[in-house]
Amino acid sequence: MTTYFDFEKSIQELDEQLQKAKQLAEKSKIDLAPTIKDLEEKILLEKKKIYGNLTGWQRVQISRHADRPYALDYIEHCFTDFIEQHGDRNVKDDKAIVGGLARLGNQSVMVIGHQKGRNTKQRQFRNFGMPNPEGYRKALRLMKLAEKFNIPIVTLIDTPGASPGLEAEERGQGEAIAKNLLEMSVLKVPVICVVIGEGASGGALGIGVGDKVLMLENTWYSVISPESCSSILWRSWDHKAKAAEALKLTATDMLQNGLIDGIIAEPLGGAHNNPEEMYATMKETLTQQIEELKKFGSEDLINKRIEKFSGMGAFEEV
Amino acid sequence: MSWFKRVKEGITTSTEDKKAVPDGLWHKCPRCKKAILASDHQANCYVCPSCKYHDKVGSAEYFEILFDDGICEELFAGIKPTDPLTFSDTKDYKSRLAESQKKSGLTDALRAATGNVDGMPLVVACMDFNFIGGSMGSVMGEKIARAIDYGREHKIPVMVISKSGGARMMEAAFSLMQMAKTSAKLALLAKDGIPYISLLTDPTTGGVTASFAMLGDFNIAEPEALIGFAGPRVIRETIGKDLPKGFQSSEFLLEHGFVDFITPRTELKSKLGQLLRLLANKPKESEQAS
Ligand SMILES: [Zn+2]
Repeated sequence: MTTYFDFEKSIQELDEQLQKAKQLAEKSKIDLAPTIKDLEEKILLEKKKIYGNLTGWQRVQISRHADRPYALDYIEHCFTDFIEQHGDRNVKDDKAIVGGLARLGNQSVMVIGHQKGRNTKQRQFRNFGMPNPEGYRKALRLMKLAEKFNIPIVTLIDTPGASPGLEAEERGQGEAIAKNLLEMSVLKVPVICVVIGEGASGGALGIGVGDKVLMLENTWYSVISPESCSSILWRSWDHKAKAAEALKLTATDMLQNGLIDGIIAEPLGGAHNNPEEMYATMKETLTQQIEELKKFGSEDLINKRIEKFSGMGAFEEV
Repeated sequence: MSWFKRVKEGITTSTEDKKAVPDGLWHKCPRCKKAILASDHQANCYVCPSCKYHDKVGSAEYFEILFDDGICEELFAGIKPTDPLTFSDTKDYKSRLAESQKKSGLTDALRAATGNVDGMPLVVACMDFNFIGGSMGSVMGEKIARAIDYGREHKIPVMVISKSGGARMMEAAFSLMQMAKTSAKLALLAKDGIPYISLLTDPTTGGVTASFAMLGDFNIAEPEALIGFAGPRVIRETIGKDLPKGFQSSEFLLEHGFVDFITPRTELKSKLGQLLRLLANKPKESEQAS
C-alpha cells in the first residue's frame, strides 16, 4: 500500500483511475492501452509539477516518510562487507546510532548513522532515532578508530533530535555532543556527512562536522523542528508550516546560506518512491566525494574544514 | 610556557563604566525577600548575604567583579546582528533586535573583553541574559571565535561565562552552526596549549551546553545554577513525570562528573587568580621570595 501525502491528492486520484483502467482491461479484454498510457503520462506530469514546487513543510513531511531509506538501508545497498561495531566502551550500546567498517566500491570506510525504526517495536528499540550520550560517544570512538587506520568517514544524519531525558542529562548529553564537534573538526581523515532524513539541531550536528556536508533533496536541517519552533514562538503547534518556511530549513535554503556544501537529487516523488535509484545516486556521490577528498593531506583537510565552519554566520561589522 | 605574559598596561585599556548605585537604594532578594542596601549587594558581587542567591547579572557586572580595578579593554564591539533569514514570528526579528538593543543598551547577547584578573591576563567573553534570553546567534558565535583567536595570538587564557537559554531560533541554522564554529576554534586553542575556562551560570542550556560551555579545561559552576542540554520543561513533557529535586543543578553536574568545581561568585576572582597562577607555574607576587 502506498501512503500519499495530503499534497499528493491529485496523484492518488490518477493512480486509482490507472488501477481501475488496468483491472478493466484485464477483465474485459478491451484494448485500453491508449487510456493507460495517457493516465501514466498525466501522473508523471502531475508528479513533476508537485515535486518541482515543494514547500518547506512538504519536504519535512517527505523526510519523515516511513518508507524512506534509513541508515541501515543505505549501508546494506551502497556498501559491502559491513561489520557493525557496538558500544561506547563505557556505558552501553546505543541503538539510535549504528556504525562500523564497510567497503564502498574498493574503498574501506567507517560508516556511522542515526537509525530509526519502521514499526512501533522497532521505533522503541531505536528510541525514534534519538541518541543518548553513549551514542555520540560510540560514534566518536569509531571515528577515532577510522583516523587511526587512515580510513575515510561517512556519516548519515537522520534524527528528530538528541534524546531528552533523565539518563541523557545524567550522562552528559551536552558534553557528549560538544566533544564530538571539537574532535570532528580536527579528524585527520576525510569526513563526509549526508542528511538523509531529519537534521534536527545539536543531535544532528553531533555527527555532522565534515569536509563535505550534503543534504538529500527532500530533507531538512535546522536548529529546531518546525513543531517545537511553532510551540515556542507562536505558543501553539498549529503554525508548523509557517515555522518550516521561516526556518529556511530546506536543502536549497541551506546551500544558499552557505551552511552546506551540496544537494543530492532524489528520485521523482522522493527517495521512498524509488530506493534503488536513490542507492545508486548515493553510492556514486560518496565514491566521487571520497576520491576528491583523498587528494588532500590531513593538515589541508583540517584547515579547510575549520575555515569553512568558522566562516558560518551573518553579522555586520562597524 | 609563555601564555601568562602580562597584558601591556596603560595603552588601550579603559575603565568599565562602573554602575553608580544611588545612596540609600535598597535591594530585595527575589528568593528570601530580605532587603539590603543596593551598594552592599553590589559589593557582595550581587549575591544575597542571607540565602546566597546569585542574582542574574550581565557582562558589565562580571567585568567589574573580575577585572582588576574594573579596567579592561572591550573587544570586537563593532560586531552587530543582522536578520539573514528575514525571520518573522509574532514579531519581526529586526524589531525584536531593535527593541532589545534599546532596552538593554547592548548590541547582542555577548561582550568580550581582556584585562588582568587578580594580576593574571585573561580574555573573558560574557553573556547577557537580558538580551533575548542570552540566546546564541551569529554575533555570539563570532565574538567567541574571535576571543579564542585573540587568546591564541596574544597567548592569553580564555574564559566564557555562559548564561543562555540556547540557540536563537530567529537565526535558525546560522545559530546551530555557531556550535561547530566555536568548538572548532577551541580545538585550535587546545593545540596551542592555552587554557580555556568555562564558567556555567544560571541558566546554561541547549546549544551552548552542547558546545563551548562543556568543553572547558576547567568547567566551573556558580552554586545552584540550572545547567543542562534539554530544558526541564521538555524533559518533563517527554517522561511525563516531575523531575527529581536538584536535577540539572550545578551540584547535580558536579556529582555526575561534568563540572570540576563550584565556586560562589564572591570567591570567583581569587579562585581564577589561583588557577591561572597554578597553570602558569607562577606564585603570587606577594608570596614571591624577594
Ligand atoms: Zn536571599
